[in-house]
Amino acid sequence: MKKRVIEFNNYSFKYHSQAAPTLHDINITIFEGEKVLIVGPSGSGKSTIGHCINGLVPFSYKGEATGSLKIMGKDAHSLDIFSRSKIVGTVLQDPDGQFIGLTVGEDIAFSLENDSTEQGIMKNLVEETVKTVEMDEYLSSSIHHLSGGQKQRVSLAGVMVDKVEIILFDEPLANLDPATGQYAIELIDRIHKETNTTVVIIEHRLEDVLHRHVDRIIVVDDGRIVADMCPDKLLSSVILESSHIREPLYVRAAKYAGCDVIEEMKPSQLHSFSIESCKDKLLDWFEKANEAVPKEIKLPILQLKDISFRYAPGHETIKGISLSVEKGEMVSIVGKNGAGKSTLSKIICGFEKPRSGSILFKEQDITGDTIKERSFRIGMVMQNPNHMISKHLVFDEVALGLIIRGVPENEAKKQVEKVLKICGLYPFRNWPISALSFGQKKRVTIASILVLEPEVMILDEPTAGQDLRHYTEMMDFLAELNRQGMTILLITHDMHLMLEYTTRAIVMNKGRIIADDPPSMILTDSEITRQANLKETSLLVLAKRVGIKEPKEFVEHFIAYDREVRRQWQ
Amino acid sequence: MAVEMLSYIDRKTPIHQLTGVTKLICFIVWSSAAMLTYDTRILAFLFIFSIVIFIVSKIKVSEVSFVLIFILVFLFINNMAIYLFSPQEGVKIYGSSHVLIEIAGRYNVTIEQIFYQCNVTLKYFAVIPIALLFIVTTHPSEFAASLNKIGVSYRISYAVALALRYIPDVQRDFRTIALSQQARGIDMSKKEKLPIRIKNAASIIFPLILSSLDKIETISNAMELRGFGKSNKRTWYSARPFQRGDYVTLFVFGVIFVTAMVVTFHDGNRFYNPFES
Repeated sequence: MKKRVIEFNNYSFKYHSQAAPTLHDINITIFEGEKVLIVGPSGSGKSTIGHCINGLVPFSYKGEATGSLKIMGKDAHSLDIFSRSKIVGTVLQDPDGQFIGLTVGEDIAFSLENDSTEQGIMKNLVEETVKTVEMDEYLSSSIHHLSGGQKQRVSLAGVMVDKVEIILFDEPLANLDPATGQYAIELIDRIHKETNTTVVIIEHRLEDVLHRHVDRIIVVDDGRIVADMCPDKLLSSVILESSHIREPLYVRAAKYAGCDVIEEMKPSQLHSFSIESCKDKLLDWFEKANEAVPKEIKLPILQLKDISFRYAPGHETIKGISLSVEKGEMVSIVGKNGAGKSTLSKIICGFEKPRSGSILFKEQDITGDTIKERSFRIGMVMQNPNHMISKHLVFDEVALGLIIRGVPENEAKKQVEKVLKICGLYPFRNWPISALSFGQKKRVTIASILVLEPEVMILDEPTAGQDLRHYTEMMDFLAELNRQGMTILLITHDMHLMLEYTTRAIVMNKGRIIADDPPSMILTDSEITRQANLKETSLLVLAKRVGIKEPKEFVEHFIAYDREVRRQWQ
Repeated sequence: MAVEMLSYIDRKTPIHQLTGVTKLICFIVWSSAAMLTYDTRILAFLFIFSIVIFIVSKIKVSEVSFVLIFILVFLFINNMAIYLFSPQEGVKIYGSSHVLIEIAGRYNVTIEQIFYQCNVTLKYFAVIPIALLFIVTTHPSEFAASLNKIGVSYRISYAVALALRYIPDVQRDFRTIALSQQARGIDMSKKEKLPIRIKNAASIIFPLILSSLDKIETISNAMELRGFGKSNKRTWYSARPFQRGDYVTLFVFGVIFVTAMVVTFHDGNRFYNPFES
């Protein structure tokens, strides 16, 4: 019999700041050495479960708990946050905010310092740990200069140095590009196997986590446990769909095709998924599809000509980029962290001045225009809504730009209300913004730009940190704007977003454009996907395994079908 | 770019190689000396010596110009205020009155007052280079360790170190927010009238506070989860042992301090009086 390391018994929890309980009557048992994935839509309470395990609840976030929680067989109430930190190591979601030390070594040593470990012993332990996460070359590097994936490895080392028995990952894949995310999952898997640590992963990107084996998946919805079973069994059920969690795409495709996915087919991983029985159905389903969207040629609205830019001499961030965007296009800009995507968008908005080259808007040169002048044509929605919101109430925030332009109050009110309705924020118009969720705040920022009626909108990671339902809402909303004639540029890491919603993808690498094609073409080009840290979609692999001759078209067919199905949710 | 102001500037110089503790103690000794004395000769010496140290550190004036200008403006305001509130301070101190210009009532310009205010200004000038050097040549990770070593509680040391470390972050956020507000038509350039510009600047402060609060929550959670504040003591990964240079420097500064104090107080007066004879 294995040791029980985490045990929730009829556990409920309510934050002091909230009226209703966040967790209802939870029962979970996690055994020593297990690898468990907790999934659920945002606001489902999955993060709260994580907080209960690592002790942030009740020590940092106060509230009332009923029922019992035992960690390593001891009542959690008898363990303070410090003794808890010796048992549970937490890797937080935010890759930048959680670093305390300035260099890699210093950050890893942080908890040893707090234990008053002698300096010599400390250095040895740090060196030993940094090797397990393959970061030994970077021991004295500044953390600011690391990539997202490397930062995550450092924070992992920072908790492993304590020899903890449980490692908790809070959304480890957020902010990582697809290839780096895949590597992170492999690393977690290796460490789990080598150290026999109990691993708990909280994440909503199910397919990416299933890249490696997990023992069990716990599905949380609305504060309750709706499933607690092995991945194969879960994927052959309808639970994920009813909780609005994105199933692995290949499983989804099989289900759309009418296949009966059962546990014995081992659907949890694509390479083990036995599709013999449903090959015909998939082929049938595909052949039913007929699609041909003729492409209209329109006028270019935005043109960049040979743009170069650098922050510091010697390091060209943007190297002679030229591109042209047509009116009414929806384009995604992809590439790994630091490829120059955000810088390019800043140059377009005038936040940074290019060193050479010119920018044309409707064939008129706007290179010399100020930020304010460009803001009449181009709207920019930043990644972090907190960087944009400056008013207390939703209405005031959205109205801000109009008031400043001197639009009469009556007129402004009409326009703001119209935009709030489009964005689904009208019921919240008199709410304080601080009471909104992250996704709602993001929509407020979109509304506050939309109300200014720009002709081109640039959005930086519009769907980061949002679950499937909010993602669908947000993207359908953008797609609708696009249909009404708005030109939209999206900067994203999400390959599915790029496939599903955009007709053209610009791939950047090291300050250059390395590809500019329809997304389905880019994701089938292994050289491009490798260079830009993207990942081949599992649909493609499925299509090849089934023996479909036009795998690209299969992917496109799936996307069109999937969009239709999800539209019916709303 | 102002984004990097007041953050650590890495150079290979003897000043950088001193441990944080040494630099902290020297800074304290130096400012106490400059604070206590009004002796012009000592202040002049401190000022010249601090300039020499500044040159040795290979920090360029342009790298700290923003803060420098800020301090100079403040110094100017301070000087104006001194004159406004006590125009006869110099006369009181030096016990004589050489009037240059009469203005009105007690407001006249005396050589004594000018000399007194020059001394005050010189005090600032003697401390500014050393203070700036202390901040930009002490590696931030050593900063907390040094404060802790001289007896400050490690919690407070860490709070100070984190605050310093976040200066570049906050500056970066400030810039991002300012840009995003400008993109909505809030003009902060010189084209706009001053009252409106001030009002507009307020629209940056609010998001800046919000995003800083977010950061504080994350970092304090991260620190607690890794056992910060558990016991009354902690060790430091980046603490460095004292080397010969440290002892020598401390000795030199000690000598300067004692000499300065002896010269200042040997006649029972903090002021050097050139008007006496």
